[in-house]
Amino acid sequence: MTTKAAPKKKHINPMNRQSPGDRVISVLTYFIYAIFAFVCAYPFYYIIINSISANNLSERGKVLFLPMEIHFKNYERMVNIPGLMDAAKISLLRTLVGTLLTVLIAAFLGYMFTRDTMWKRKLWFRFVAVTMYFNAGIIPWVLCMRNLGLANNFWGYIFPMIVQPFYIILCKTYCESVPKELQEAAEIDGAGTLRVFWQIMLPVVKPILATIAIFAAVNQWNAFQDNLLLMTNRPDLDTLQYKLWQYITQANSLKALISNTTNSSAIMAGLATAATATSIRMSVTVVVVLPVMLIYPFFQRYFTKGIMIGAVKG
Amino acid sequence: MSKRTRSYIEFLYILPFLVLVALVSYYPLYGWVYAFHDYMPPKPISSETFVGLKWFEFIVSNPVRTADVGRVLVNTFAMSGISLAFSWFPMIFAVFLNEIRCKPYKKFVQTVTTLPNFISWVLVFSVAFNVLSSTGAVNTVLVSLGVIEKPIAFLSSKDHVWFRMWLWLTWKNAGWAAIMYLAAITAIDEQMIEAAKVDGATRMQIIWRITIPCLLPTYFVIVMLNLANFLSNGMEQYYVFMNNFNKKSIEVLDLYVYNIATTGRGNYPLSTAISMLKSIVSVALLFITNTVSRLVRGEGFV
Repeated sequence: MTTKAAPKKKHINPMNRQSPGDRVISVLTYFIYAIFAFVCAYPFYYIIINSISANNLSERGKVLFLPMEIHFKNYERMVNIPGLMDAAKISLLRTLVGTLLTVLIAAFLGYMFTRDTMWKRKLWFRFVAVTMYFNAGIIPWVLCMRNLGLANNFWGYIFPMIVQPFYIILCKTYCESVPKELQEAAEIDGAGTLRVFWQIMLPVVKPILATIAIFAAVNQWNAFQDNLLLMTNRPDLDTLQYKLWQYITQANSLKALISNTTNSSAIMAGLATAATATSIRMSVTVVVVLPVMLIYPFFQRYFTKGIMIGAVKG
Repeated sequence: MSKRTRSYIEFLYILPFLVLVALVSYYPLYGWVYAFHDYMPPKPISSETFVGLKWFEFIVSNPVRTADVGRVLVNTFAMSGISLAFSWFPMIFAVFLNEIRCKPYKKFVQTVTTLPNFISWVLVFSVAFNVLSSTGAVNTVLVSLGVIEKPIAFLSSKDHVWFRMWLWLTWKNAGWAAIMYLAAITAIDEQMIEAAKVDGATRMQIIWRITIPCLLPTYFVIVMLNLANFLSNGMEQYYVFMNNFNKKSIEVLDLYVYNIATTGRGNYPLSTAISMLKSIVSVALLFITNTVSRLVRGEGFV
């Protein structure tokens, strides 16, 4: 026994020991995850390099690994794409307004639902929380939103989305972890409920609000269904997501439109920069996906935090 | 200010938001009344348009409609069934990702595979369109390698629609879903793994005997949630991928109710009747799965 145990002691860290089988698994794992990463990343890369390559090459699928004959005409031409700039404004506006309101409401209601002094507090909390678990279905919802005047109205993007029970619960849990003495001290000094919220609690819950803001912003930016369902008679209220979808399905007619509106010298300049169905599709896609791609690496920890808190609750 | 007044004032502060919730979440339930009327917008419903259960009977009495609903239910069950059958994938993805010792590589894979979760279905469709079109990357490579002679029309093909929809769903969600399991893995007691290593366990043995059993409670909750949402696939993914070729096999319940309300003259009452039945079954499923979870784990997820 002792002779057998002796050589084992040489290995101070058993973590570093790998059997041949383990090594095969290691190599396979690296390889397979490289494929997964490639499958997820390459499509975005492919679209970006094609949107800045010569349009006659991208049209024929020639650009696969590196951009060829780089030009930025496709992006300069964006102002000529009918409706695109208006849609960008709508998308930005709904993201800003929607996120701000969602965050404020989550913080305020989250805090208010911790006030034991409130009349029937538990009942109201349940009244809000239970809405997570049912929905009437899209058509009854649409008919009722029409009755409320939220169809074909910018606020139809905002009001249905700003009271999110899940975010409220997150804030409530967070507020409960803050020592009660903090509030009590402020109240003894004469601060009212609203003042305590604004000056004491809001700064304290900030970390969780950052996570909520990121999720709310991404949801607003990505929203497509409410546009499709509610804004049936107001093309001026269409969002980028909706426009992109239209452009994909009607890229050929768009191309004709743009060729007519650009001055003849641009067309004379050659095929490499002339608009094609592919060039329009790809450059608009880049514009719509870029905000999410740019913020994602920086805010990844907030995203991750979001699912963790969710997991703890679930 | 008396305590009582203050408690009412605090209620008044939140009242506007309660009204908002009532309007956007509870009031749509009132929309179910449209299922009992011959409703044709813009004419409002009244006692004259009331038709009782006509539209519910229509679902079962009209053979064409019944066949349609049957087809849609098959699609819904197939899509949800495939998702359920492969619901272990994010768990295994996380388990082996955790085996990667090189931290920057692991982080890179994690970042890249979670990104698609944050783009909309329209963008996923755009990505699919650009990569899979007849001049897209996939066809170009396959043709130049001589695997195929002429480009495959992936998106307008009506074959394997259910499975391809699952592939896109997985492309979008798997990396993100894995994060939860990665978190659960870090909670596993290090000592248990150390002990196994000292006893000479291989990595596969550790994964099979320690890691995966420790993740099963999390996986169980995911399965229960999958079951609770069995009828609710959402419409967005299927709506953006739908075309005339694949329509028959891509229509799930959520998309079907949209389609019957918006195509042709638009049958709102029938659509409402079907989504009403769907909502009721969904709530029942939620109760059942939650009860099962409570019996098995000792706590529900609601």
